[in-house]
Amino acid sequence: MSGLFSFHGGLKTVRHKAESNQEAIRTSVLPRRLTVPLRQHIGAIAKPLVQAGDRVLKGQMIGQPDGYISAAIHAPTSGVVTAVDQRPVPHPSGLPDWCVTIDSDGEERWIEREPVDYRRLHPSELRNLLRNAGVVGLGGAAFPSAVKLNLSGHCEHLETLILNGAECEPWITCDDRLMRERAAEIVAGLHVMAHLLEPREVLIGVEDDKPEAIAAMTAACAGTGYAVRAVPTRYPSGSVKQLVRLLTGKETPVDGLPIDVGVQCFNVATAYTVHRAVEYGEPVISRIVTLTGHVNQPRNLEALLGTPFAELVAQCGGYRDGVERLIMGGPMMGFALHSDEVPVTKATNCILAAGVAELAPEQPVMPCIRCGACVEVCPADLLPQQLYWHARAKEFDKAQDYHLFSCIECGCCSYVCPSHIPLVQYYRYAKNEIWAQEKEKQKAELARQRHQARQERLEREKQEREAKLRQKAPPRTEPVAEQPSIETAVARTKAAPAPAPAPAPAPTLVTAVEIDQQTD
Amino acid sequence: MRFRTVTSPHVLETTSVGQVMRRVLYTMVPGVTALCWFFGWGVLINLAIATSVALVAEAAMLTVRGKPLALHLGDYSAVVTAGLLAVALPPLAPWWLTTIGVLSAIVVAKHLYGGLGYNPFNPAMIGYVVLLISFPREMSTWLIPYGLDQPHSMTLLETLQAIFQNTLPARFAPDALTGATALDMLRTKLGLGLTVTEIRNSPVFGIVAGHGWEWATLGFLAGGSWLVYTRTADWRIPAGMLGGLAVISTVFYLIDPQRYAPPWFHLWGGAAIFGAFFIATDPVTASTTPRGRLFYGAGIGVLVYIIRGFGGYPDGVAFAVLLMNIAAPTIDLYTQPRVFGARRG
Repeated sequence: MSGLFSFHGGLKTVRHKAESNQEAIRTSVLPRRLTVPLRQHIGAIAKPLVQAGDRVLKGQMIGQPDGYISAAIHAPTSGVVTAVDQRPVPHPSGLPDWCVTIDSDGEERWIEREPVDYRRLHPSELRNLLRNAGVVGLGGAAFPSAVKLNLSGHCEHLETLILNGAECEPWITCDDRLMRERAAEIVAGLHVMAHLLEPREVLIGVEDDKPEAIAAMTAACAGTGYAVRAVPTRYPSGSVKQLVRLLTGKETPVDGLPIDVGVQCFNVATAYTVHRAVEYGEPVISRIVTLTGHVNQPRNLEALLGTPFAELVAQCGGYRDGVERLIMGGPMMGFALHSDEVPVTKATNCILAAGVAELAPEQPVMPCIRCGACVEVCPADLLPQQLYWHARAKEFDKAQDYHLFSCIECGCCSYVCPSHIPLVQYYRYAKNEIWAQEKEKQKAELARQRHQARQERLEREKQEREAKLRQKAPPRTEPVAEQPSIETAVARTKAAPAPAPAPAPAPTLVTAVEIDQQTD
Repeated sequence: MRFRTVTSPHVLETTSVGQVMRRVLYTMVPGVTALCWFFGWGVLINLAIATSVALVAEAAMLTVRGKPLALHLGDYSAVVTAGLLAVALPPLAPWWLTTIGVLSAIVVAKHLYGGLGYNPFNPAMIGYVVLLISFPREMSTWLIPYGLDQPHSMTLLETLQAIFQNTLPARFAPDALTGATALDMLRTKLGLGLTVTEIRNSPVFGIVAGHGWEWATLGFLAGGSWLVYTRTADWRIPAGMLGGLAVISTVFYLIDPQRYAPPWFHLWGGAAIFGAFFIATDPVTASTTPRGRLFYGAGIGVLVYIIRGFGGYPDGVAFAVLLMNIAAPTIDLYTQPRVFGARRG
């Protein structure tokens, strides 16, 4: 067993794992109504396959993957589709998104489920099966797994397959409980992944504050050749690039992915869903969600996707008094929600009801004193104080010179800042501004090209008309050749002053409108 | 239920600028205690005058600039500036000298440049240098430390009279109270062609460096070590500065030990230790990259030696720090750390 490597920076944060990891995972109560977002993954939104009034079965595909980077969406239970429209979803923007609303009939009638022998399937068939089962990364990013299980175009041979069970964010324990209770299924899913990727080695990284999970995974891995590695409890060890570094010593290039250094990484819960999809024919219709913080009985619930947060909170004894913020994800990187009337999605690993005790006391922001505490903790080896300086001054070019886009927004810098500057907020702002500027630039370039094309077309049409006029002119002028002066003068006055708008005003207008719509 | 939305992270460590500044003040206690022992009440009176003037000036400037008063007075940065300057002043400095120094530091060097976090130069050192250039006589009148020549015995009242009314007790001969510091003496006597060994025999010198001074230095080293241990100050700056000073002084000492004082004298003498741990470590005006801080510190160390050995002043910490303050932004530019995942080289 080779030793571990280390990454620069990181933090010992508060942990708060014990609140929710004592009790076994419970299956949440079937809600009367489920709101299933069609975009629960990174990539293109799934195409709805149902409309209001349709009956659906549990596990029936209701959203079809659209394009390569996309994933399928399934009905979490049987019932009737009551609406396909825009509803509030858990997203930092607070904007609504397309959802399929299903009123459950309480019967939980499944579709026909077919287990498959993955060894007999062609790799592309197997990947397609996973894609149609809606398998995405369940660590929080929700990237379609089928894409990551395809090596072609990246490398010939995978060195290391990593299963991420680090769960470094405070409060969250869903992966901890899953590893403790369903280690064998996780490893079964890992077999499928290893079958597709044929890695030289398979490593499972778990933070060393989860001895029970490490023991369970080690037992489940016995005889498989997979190695479980306890990594030091140091946030953000569960961040992909940091975990790859910890386990393999390899640095993922700034503008690259782990696959560029021959490593691929999946969350433990993703492996579990792969197993369920292959062995039982079950698509991803539920996930484990940690409910913790200011709720009366913190615990992990296996919740159907689309279940409103409020119902899960109710199943944990409701809120305790004094909830200030509702956070999806952990307190370091999770985002605060406006409302608890939003559905569980594939990215919902934790619902943290934060009271005053769980939150940092609000402290006034002071000027940066350049103490460099942020530099010490930055796992990306950035200079957060310089990034802040330039982001604040809106010097986005300079912020990019300081590698703004290498920032993983882990929050370590904000965590230690003695001036209480919301540093990550500034970086998000700067990134968004840069993206917006890029988009503007592209739009402007497109508009410029269109304008140029239009000018050329108008010029061409004008010339064509003039050519036609010239063609038409001879037959008329020839018979009355004796009085050319009057005729030509009239023709000249008709043609010369306003040649362009007179003959074809309508098409010009239409094109202008078209351009407006297209550039919007 | 509706909730407030704030961006992540939602948990923070409970540190604050005020806490950092207070820690600097606490760690000055051992060194200041030693100074009091050897130089009497004057040290404490200077501290009191400087702190009062600093707080009034800070409050006035904050009011003028429309900044929240309680918040910024509570960050203790003005008190730290006052403390650092007061420690560097002669123990019997007249009250107006201290006042002018503190006003230069707080009003000009700090607030006219944008206040906390925006000043390019170390405010305490600006105050010190203004005084050193404008009032060289007052700034070089140092009390003879306790234990030399005569028992040091000015009472609190006599010290107050000396500072506020410029009257010395009649029982002392006019020049009996003040004398050259070790660095002063080294400088003038070397100029007269004496060797280091001959000069070292003067009672002004103690075990390693100046008598009395060396104990204050020990106190500041103890406090400074605590600052570094608690990560309030970055170890790289004092390491760089003392390293730079050690290297250059060793080189010259090896060239001619009779013309150049030994490295331990340079490290332990004057304001080297105090400057390395308390002055150069001011994060606002220092370099901010990890590697840059080593260079920044080393630059100060080398400049201190050059000013001491070849310049017009006996000690050069203040000038060296200010010169490197100017260089800090450039150092930062060229010492950016290699970003995680960037190509090496």
